[in-house]
Amino acid sequence: MPASAAKLRLAETVKEADLVIDGVTMRFETREGAITAVDDMSFSVERGEFVSIIGPSGCGKSTVFNILGGLVRGYEGKVSVGGDVISGPHPSIGMVFQEESTFPWRTVLDNVAFPLEVKGVRKAERHEAARHFIDMVGLNGFEQRYPAELSGGMRQRVAIARTLVFEPKILLMDEPFAALDEQTRLLLGDKVLKIQETLKQTTLLITHNITEAVQLSDRVIIMTFRPGKVKRIVDIRLPRPRTGDVVGSEAFGRHVAEIWNDLREEASRGMAESEAGARRRKG
Amino acid sequence: MRLAGIPPLAIGFATVGLVLGVVELLLLLGLLNQFVIPLPSAVLGSFGRLFAEEQLLERLMMTGSEALAASVLVSVVGISLGVLLYKVRILALATEPWVAAVAAAPVVLAYPLFLVIFGRSAATIIAMGFVAGLAPVILKTLEGLKGVRKSLINVGLSYNLTPSQQFWKIEFPAAIPTIFVGVRLGLVFALINLIGVEFLINFGGLGQLINDLAERYDLAGVFATIVFVILVSVVIFAALERMERWLRPGR
Ligand SMILES: Nc1ncnc2c1ncn2[C@@H]1O[C@H](COP(=O)(O)OP(=O)(O)OP(=O)(O)O)[C@@H](O)[C@H]1O
Ligand SMILES: [Mg+2]
Repeated sequence: MPASAAKLRLAETVKEADLVIDGVTMRFETREGAITAVDDMSFSVERGEFVSIIGPSGCGKSTVFNILGGLVRGYEGKVSVGGDVISGPHPSIGMVFQEESTFPWRTVLDNVAFPLEVKGVRKAERHEAARHFIDMVGLNGFEQRYPAELSGGMRQRVAIARTLVFEPKILLMDEPFAALDEQTRLLLGDKVLKIQETLKQTTLLITHNITEAVQLSDRVIIMTFRPGKVKRIVDIRLPRPRTGDVVGSEAFGRHVAEIWNDLREEASRGMAESEAGARRRKG
Repeated sequence: MRLAGIPPLAIGFATVGLVLGVVELLLLLGLLNQFVIPLPSAVLGSFGRLFAEEQLLERLMMTGSEALAASVLVSVVGISLGVLLYKVRILALATEPWVAAVAAAPVVLAYPLFLVIFGRSAATIIAMGFVAGLAPVILKTLEGLKGVRKSLINVGLSYNLTPSQQFWKIEFPAAIPTIFVGVRLGLVFALINLIGVEFLINFGGLGQLINDLAERYDLAGVFATIVFVILVSVVIFAALERMERWLRPGR
């Protein structure tokens, strides 16, 4: 049973863990009845570890993300961050959202400086910090632009820099590159990898892209479709520090095939169900 | 056809000039009736007379300041009420349909009531403009705040912003484009009613002058005064646009 396997792992690593999610279940009431978006999920992420959650669209990934971020309540189970059981957003967590989340009325510089601004950091100081992280995501020269003047990928990098500027100990990212083309995605993935290897944050990345998950992670958590459970946790045994070249290696290909094998079943079930749902709504 | 290099303002003026020229020609040829439409040249010619004999400048200032007062009131009170309805959901549920009904009502017909309350004064005129323009500002403010993207709100929550930071740093700026749509609509209603009431109660600036001139059958004068009414609204809307760009840069 995958869930109990996850619990076992939890028991071993609980002292080192930065993020622990323990028996979390979340139901939503909808017009078509209650749906269980997340069902008894348990896993943990150790300090400095890079973990990805992968699963088909609609399997509950964003729900897990919002729960970990403290943005939703009303779930069963327990979530602890850095040892504290949370009941709201935890200050050591930084979040990068799936949807567009830059502020259109702020320049890149003021977008990135935002978290420091609201905490009362002086202008000169927060701008200096913002410049550092703008540089880190490769957007120097665009400080005075507004988001509408940037490409989607650049806006997502602004969002990442805005989260990093706060120097969160734990970084949560919900499909940050989902809207990007494959090349940009790989390059940005490289960037994130470098940043994480320098800053050593505990990172949880949510994705539905297998290549991305394997390229970046120490472990990949595969989720089932409806209800969302932990199906399997795969250890990625690729050397670090990793570069973009790792994508071409044989071990990489083996991991991708292994994960795809697990995921295919869930994805096709997800697709069948959403098609059936669409027919029901039409009929 | 490429018109690059010519400023849009010049093209606008050229178009207006052209249309006026054509109207003049049609009137002179007798294809349009001069008893219904005055000659554009006569309208232009009447400006001097209006300034000299009808105190056009004073009237322009009077209507202008009434319009300004009504605009400020409509914006400030309308936005505040919209925010209040947003913050107190139960109030919104209770009153939103009524506000929408008021928005559609011909408020100008209530002018006798305002006359009784405020007398035949600038206060009546400003109050009528204010009441007429209020509803769309409230409704659009509420709509704008309700429609703020969830992801922007979540960014604020994830940084544990205080409720006032959450409002002033995220919700309000995000809602500004929609709020300004409401303010623009509200000001259109306010201006129409303002001039209309000046006309109806024969008091105040440009509206009263239009009334006088119409009774004297001075068509050229009427049209010339209407040009100045338009001028007032152009100035107000230009100021509004400035303000929006200042409050909400970056589109
Ligand atoms: N606020 C909500 N109210 C009702 N149902 C919801 C709500 N949020 C999510 N759901 C449902 O829960 C399920 C999981 O949604 P979630 O957004 O977590 O999926 P996801 O894995 O992030 O999908 P994607 O990859 O497309 O982003 C979906 O079936 C969705 O319809
Ligand atoms: Mg999602």
